[in-house]
Formats: sequence, C-alpha cells, structure tokens
Amino acid sequence: MEVIYENFLLLFQGDNWKMPIMWIIGGILIFLAIKKDMEPTLLLPMGFGTILVNLPFSGAIGEDGALEILFNAGIANELFPLILFIGIGAMIDFGPLLTNPKLILFGAAAQFGIFMTLSLASLFFPESKDAASIAIIGAADGPTSIVVANTLGSNYTGAIMVAAYSYMALVPIIQPPIIKLITTKKERRIRMNVKGAKVSKLTRILFPIIVTLVAGLIAPASISLVGFLMFGNLIRECGVLNSLSETAQKVLANLITIFLGITVAVRMQANEFLQLETLMILGLGLFAFIFDTVGGVMFAKLMNLFSKNKVNPMIGAAGISAFPMSARVVHKMGLEEDNQNFLLMHAAGANVSGQIASVIAGGMILNFFG
Amino acid sequence: MGIYLDNFLNSFFYMGVGMLGIFIVAAILIVSVVLLNKVTKPKKKDKQ
Repeated sequence: MEVIYENFLLLFQGDNWKMPIMWIIGGILIFLAIKKDMEPTLLLPMGFGTILVNLPFSGAIGEDGALEILFNAGIANELFPLILFIGIGAMIDFGPLLTNPKLILFGAAAQFGIFMTLSLASLFFPESKDAASIAIIGAADGPTSIVVANTLGSNYTGAIMVAAYSYMALVPIIQPPIIKLITTKKERRIRMNVKGAKVSKLTRILFPIIVTLVAGLIAPASISLVGFLMFGNLIRECGVLNSLSETAQKVLANLITIFLGITVAVRMQANEFLQLETLMILGLGLFAFIFDTVGGVMFAKLMNLFSKNKVNPMIGAAGISAFPMSARVVHKMGLEEDNQNFLLMHAAGANVSGQIASVIAGGMILNFFG
Repeated sequence: MGIYLDNFLNSFFYMGVGMLGIFIVAAILIVSVVLLNKVTKPKKKDKQ
C-alpha cells in the first residue's frame, strides 16, 4: 500500500504534474478515434501510447523500454513509414489519373500549402529543420511527415505527427468552407465528363517505374519515399503477385500501422509536447491544409482562363494528399451543387496525383535542408 | 520566441524552387503517360 502511495506522490514531483494533462490529451485522441471515427487506425494507438509514456518512471520508455526499442528500430531510421508506403502503394489505383494525366497538375498545385507554411514557420522558428518539418504537415501524408521530421531531426516530431494525422481526418471539415469561399456557385456546377478510355496493363506497370526514375533524378532524397510507394503499386499492377499485393494492402499495412501509431507516442512525452510551440505548430498545420486547398483550386481556375474545356475548380482541392477523403469531399460537394455532376473519377485522379506530388515535395524539402 | 525576418525572406527561394521542381516532375510524367497511352493503345483491326 505504501509503495502505491509513494508512486502516486511521484506525480507531484518536478515536472511530473504535466503528465495528467497528457493523459487528457491521449484521452481526447482516443475519443476522436472511437466516437468521431477520425483516423482511428492512428489516433487510437497514438492516444494510448501518450498515456503509456506519461506515467512516472514508465517502463515503456528509457533504454530498455519497449516503445523506445520500437522507436529506434522503426521510426528513428524511418523504416516503419517506408514499409507502410508499400501497403499504401498497393492500395492505390492510378487508373483515373492515367486516363486523364493532366490531373497530375492539380496534385502538384495542391502542395502550395507546404511552401507557404515553410515561409510562415521560418518567421517564428529559428532553425530551418523545424520550419521545414512543420511545413511538411501540408503534405497531408503521415509517413512523409514522419520521414522528413525524423531525418531533419526536428525538435517537434510529436506535435507534427499529431497535427498531420488530426488534420488529415479533419479534411471533410476544413476543405468545404475554403472551397466555397474561393469559388462561385457557377464554377462549382461545372460538369466534367467521365473519360471512358481504358488504360493498358503495360501503362499501369510502367507508370510506377517511370515515376521512380523521374522523381529520383530530380529529387534524390525522395527515392526511398517514392520508391517504396511505387514498389507497392507495382506489386498490385503486375498481375502475378496477387497474394503479395493483398498481404501488403491488408496484413502489412495494418501491422505497421499498429506499431507506428503506438511508437510515435514516444515523442508525446509531456516535457517535449507541452510547449507554446506545440500550439503554434497546430496553427501552422491548419494553415498548411488551407493553403493546399487554395493552391489546388486557384490553379484550376487559372487553367480555366486558358482552356476551352472548363475544369470544375473543386477538383484542384482534391489534389491534397489526404487519400481518399479529399476526393470524396469534392465528389459530395459536386453532387450538392448539381445532383447529376459526378466528380469522383476526376477527384480520385487528382487525389492520387497528390500522393505522388506530396512525396516529391518531401524529397525536395529533404534536399534543401537535409 | 522572436521574429526571424531573414529566414522568412530566404524561404521564398525554397518556395520558388520547390514548386518549380514539383511542376517539372508533373510535366514529365504527363508527357510520359500521354506517350505511353498512345504507344500501348490497342490497334483497331481492319474489318474486311
């Protein structure tokens, strides 16, 4: 009984009073995951891991702590997010993009938020590694954010990961008001015809190889990110590795997600997380997502100035890498404006191109600041 | 926490080069896909 009482008293020693605050934060993440269905595959393990690492003398961290060992084995060396990318690549169907390749431009434009946030973050954070790591929240891609933040050695990895995954889940709330603010009703009602053209199997097989070559030559630091993503896609498209493709999409992705989610919490220790900078990072992350949306939509509007066949500018917003949420948001908004306007194929094409573009953006950030 | 104006101004260079790099990759991929689609398009059989 005395031991229990002494352990309880540890909460009031030094900075340990911050730990219950982290329990509440962990609880909020778990609540958002279960009750609001917000990225539960990651927010729940992160929330629970937050509680585990914020107990006095927690055996989960420290030299022999299980989470610390997992962190060093899979996150400090970027292994877990890269392996997860194999699974993500195996899940992606590039078909809608390959039938209408100009959608790639929307994926590129929707990375604008990353660089806008880099500028704003540079104003407040003296170290470029921190500003760059915060900016990559705008990639709207968990593995890319983890790889960049870890490679650059940012001091705010925990806050960056929470921001990245939380805002990805909040895309259905963040994007619609921004899209409505910068488009007119007439623009939102622009109909886009679905191209019925089929893509050959050879194109589907060569595409991931070409993407790897091109991205690797222009942004060498992105080779591991792009390469693993495209490797996963090649497993899917080759047609002779169906069992591997299924394993990558389901078992591998789920397994790594479990480890990734709970291990990322090592960076959610109270002393590291409870700083004024954390609030700033959450604010900058939101800024990044907003300007990703603005970048994509404004680019689409710019294209319409020079193009006879008008593009629904909402498609630009789907260029953000939050796959497949952003595509669904745009499709739903299109139907609300005109119940005969089916934007899903175009939005999905832009969305998957955003996946490629975000990874390349991550590579460029690593090239600049790594 | 301070304001770092030099860092802010320098960041515009990275913004320009970064976005340009992404668009260059995008342009190359578009050209590649268009060419691939043309080359791999099934040829129509002549009906006699």
